[in-house]
Amino acid sequence: MDLLRFITAGSVDDGKSTLIGRLLYDTDSIKVDQLEMIQKQSKNKGEGVIDLALFTDGLRAEREQGITIDVAYKYFATAKRKFIIADAPGHIQYTRNMVTGASNSDLIIILIDARLGVIEQTRRHSIIASLLQIPHVVVAINKMDMVAYSEEVFNTILSDYSKMAAQLDIKDVVFIPISALQGDNIVNASSSMSWYKGESLLHYLESVNVVEDIDLSTPRFPVQYVIRPQSDDLHDYRGYAGKVISGTYKKGDKVLVLPEGIESEIDTVEVHGIEVDEAYAPQSAVIQLKDDIDVNRGNMIVSVSNLPKVEQEVTAMLCWMDNIPLVAGNKYLIQLHSKVVRCVVKEINYKLDVNTLEKLSDVHQATLNDIVHVTIKTASSIVFDGYNALRVNGGAILIDETRYTTVAGCMLQ
Amino acid sequence: MPQYKLDYLDQLESESIHIMREVAAQFERPALLFSGGKDSITLVQLALKAFKPGKIPFPLVHIDTGHNFPEAIAYRDKLANELGVKLIVRYVEDTIKSKNLKDPAGKFPSRNALQAYTLLDTIEEFGFDACIGGARRDEEKARAKERIFSVRDEFGAWDPKRQRPELWNLYNGKIHKGENVRVFPISNWVEIDVWNYIKREGIELPSIYFSHDREVLVHGEFLVATSPFIRIDEGDSIVTRRVRYRTVGDMTCTAAVESTADTIDDIVREINETNISERGETRIDDQVSEAAMEDRKKTGYF
Repeated sequence: MDLLRFITAGSVDDGKSTLIGRLLYDTDSIKVDQLEMIQKQSKNKGEGVIDLALFTDGLRAEREQGITIDVAYKYFATAKRKFIIADAPGHIQYTRNMVTGASNSDLIIILIDARLGVIEQTRRHSIIASLLQIPHVVVAINKMDMVAYSEEVFNTILSDYSKMAAQLDIKDVVFIPISALQGDNIVNASSSMSWYKGESLLHYLESVNVVEDIDLSTPRFPVQYVIRPQSDDLHDYRGYAGKVISGTYKKGDKVLVLPEGIESEIDTVEVHGIEVDEAYAPQSAVIQLKDDIDVNRGNMIVSVSNLPKVEQEVTAMLCWMDNIPLVAGNKYLIQLHSKVVRCVVKEINYKLDVNTLEKLSDVHQATLNDIVHVTIKTASSIVFDGYNALRVNGGAILIDETRYTTVAGCMLQ
Repeated sequence: MPQYKLDYLDQLESESIHIMREVAAQFERPALLFSGGKDSITLVQLALKAFKPGKIPFPLVHIDTGHNFPEAIAYRDKLANELGVKLIVRYVEDTIKSKNLKDPAGKFPSRNALQAYTLLDTIEEFGFDACIGGARRDEEKARAKERIFSVRDEFGAWDPKRQRPELWNLYNGKIHKGENVRVFPISNWVEIDVWNYIKREGIELPSIYFSHDREVLVHGEFLVATSPFIRIDEGDSIVTRRVRYRTVGDMTCTAAVESTADTIDDIVREINETNISERGETRIDDQVSEAAMEDRKKTGYF
């Protein structure tokens, strides 16, 4: 059994909440008492049938106002996989939440209302999927029951979407015609769409290969914490604790400690206190080096034969997430894994219109939910890979220096 | 050719260990909130693994309501002793006396809400800047919106609108003086994940998790252990049943479930087959209102 994290993009109107409710319901992830609670609420709201969308409502404040203000996480499992759903609202003002939910996702389900086809929102969600480099995209064409389960409607949307996606960096796309409300092609093949020969949504989610998304040939190990027991039997023990974010590490590997650039060799690799031949992504491990050198939190241990970038000036696509605007020249803290350094956003090069992909130049500030291309200068060198080349080592956040809030997510280039 | 494929429990474990290490590295005075329940026992196991061969670099803190199951307290003391970890215990009873708080009355007088006062005092007393807790997002809908690093003001209040976006696996633990962070390393685990992990790791649990004969008061669909902490009225139905506990909270608000499961395998089988949720089956205090947890979190509860 393995793990798949996915995000659903769409608004309440597209039936997103109904889809999630349906996945939870059809996989028996909703218990009797939770169902009773929903039935009670459905009655309170004056609805005769169970509203599957109510399963995804979180806070009372949201229920009262009928809105979603944040990313909520939902869980279900089948015999093959455990699933983690990041449920982010899809309205334009919530780009911030979608970027947040997308950052950790292996897959995105983009919902399209079959009656409306590819609309501005579809394009926006796809642009975010492309920016965040989500490895797998499912275009779920929903409400097929409202268009008489028409193959023609499906084919038109498929063709429109493919044309639009050609401009984007989307690698793996599948199209599934569904009805979340009626349950068509969610768990089982729909009897109303015999023309569709592909998999049901759940079957696809269970079988899509996510192990191959992990890069095993590019070793990256950010040091989080130094373990020094200083006990009698472990007097000289100095282990570097961290998570292998990509690649593999084994005894005897020649490594470089960055950003200093000190060369050494791996003495031992331990996973949970037990020495192993090799640790691999995404395992948490402890590495000891042969040489007695000064390695600290914020350093990265990499292979000598496969080096990341070590730079003080970087360009990045950035999603602004704060109410206080970003103005060129502002200083922030930039956090990349365990490394935090001061930085200045030197320039805003352009703003990306997330509805049209148009690059708007002559922009001097970015406001909440804006996606901009920036040049950042850091106080000392940071170690990273281009986000599009190695997703796990190209994401960074900006932190307000005095408020300490997280104000931006950056995809470094 | 080696297999580079991690089982889902290994992936969850790795994520939790990464979070534990972030806490140890980012904060000066972290603590692990320990209740004696299976979720906090799992946290201790994860912390042990995270810092091997070193020791857990923070104390265990128990906010003792005085309404605990004796078996949970015995387990707590034994565990702290075996691991050589510092155990700090602070009592809700003392807070009630020193602050002249009203001890709840009623048939099942839960001190759940008062726990927040003692917790905040303890945070202040020791200057804790991060408290690790065993809350999971699958438990309750307010918890589904919780961050892994949850920044709280000096009143411990959770403000869902003020939450920091959490991207990739980057955790921003920067806080101002007086603020603290609640950290939830097993946010992404669900109940059965915890049980499967306990089974896989062979983790010892307090005996009340396994089936035993117990005198209980039948309260609607709930079976509540008889104890000096609840009010037994004339006409109450008191019976002895074969039960176990699915969760361990206070004796006043945690219900037992009828079961003959006396091994972890039996329990895992029962949890897989049950059609009632964990809190729905065992927590009397959640039944008060739909938003009971949301309200408690806003006043400084986990």
